[in-house]
Amino acid sequence: MPQWRRPGAGSVASVELAGPTERELDAESADWLRRLSAGAGALRQQAERELHARLVRIALAEVNRRSASTPVTGPELTDVAHQAADDAMLAILAKLADFRGESRFITWAYRFVILEVSSKLGRHYWRNPPVMLDAAQWERLPDRLGIDPDQHAATAGILAEVRRVVEDELTAHQRRVFVAVVVDGIPLDALAARLSLQRNAIYKVIFDARRKIRQALVANGYLEDGGLERR
Amino acid sequence: MSEWERLDRFLRTDPRDVGCDEAMAVLHIYADLAATGENPVERYPGVAAHLAACGPCAEDFTGLLAAVASD
Repeated sequence: MPQWRRPGAGSVASVELAGPTERELDAESADWLRRLSAGAGALRQQAERELHARLVRIALAEVNRRSASTPVTGPELTDVAHQAADDAMLAILAKLADFRGESRFITWAYRFVILEVSSKLGRHYWRNPPVMLDAAQWERLPDRLGIDPDQHAATAGILAEVRRVVEDELTAHQRRVFVAVVVDGIPLDALAARLSLQRNAIYKVIFDARRKIRQALVANGYLEDGGLERR
Repeated sequence: MSEWERLDRFLRTDPRDVGCDEAMAVLHIYADLAATGENPVERYPGVAAHLAACGPCAEDFTGLLAAVASD
């Protein structure tokens, strides 16, 4: 039995489709919904097999596309893709009624598998991490920020001020998250998995830290005010 | 771009940025607009601002576009 067809899972036969009616959908999306909602017969099973096969193909392509930016390799990467496809399939079937026809159905479905790949690669990062949490590799910061090696000396002063602000003015949580993601280059999803937080929570911490650091650099004459900083 | 501009750009925050949750909630719509040649930035400026600043969400968007294009 496929992982995504566990007993009790994906029982969408009686789901009433929310949002636009099938007449408002493109023909392909309407066909997917009609078949995936067709009850427990062969029509729905065939649609599920087709969709799952597509999700597996997309997941494999996606892990391959991301292979250079993850320490996960080989068979483990393939396993991540299959797990992502299985879990995306379960989520899609469970949330079929949430599809409102605002995009093509297949794009909506593919979003699930792409996000599953992200999440799983973040969790798998810690099986063989190239950088440990709290490594605080401040000497790598210029490279992390894309600063030309020829300019390292010229930017040493402002980067030292960045470090001072991080160490003196950020909260402990902001400092830990900023150092992990920006200084040590730990993927944001990996840190989110390690700290049992959502990606958005980590992003918000870094967003606030960036704003606070910039305000300090402006106040101390390292940067000019103005531009987009309006929040 | 000078090194100072690079650092300044990294530290700048855009008040239109909607964050990861809101961006991911409409990523399929945003991707379909982009894939069909429409301009998703006009309809979702806050999502565009977020994708410009958030590497992981931008990576998801790139992956979704690639997935759609592969069909």
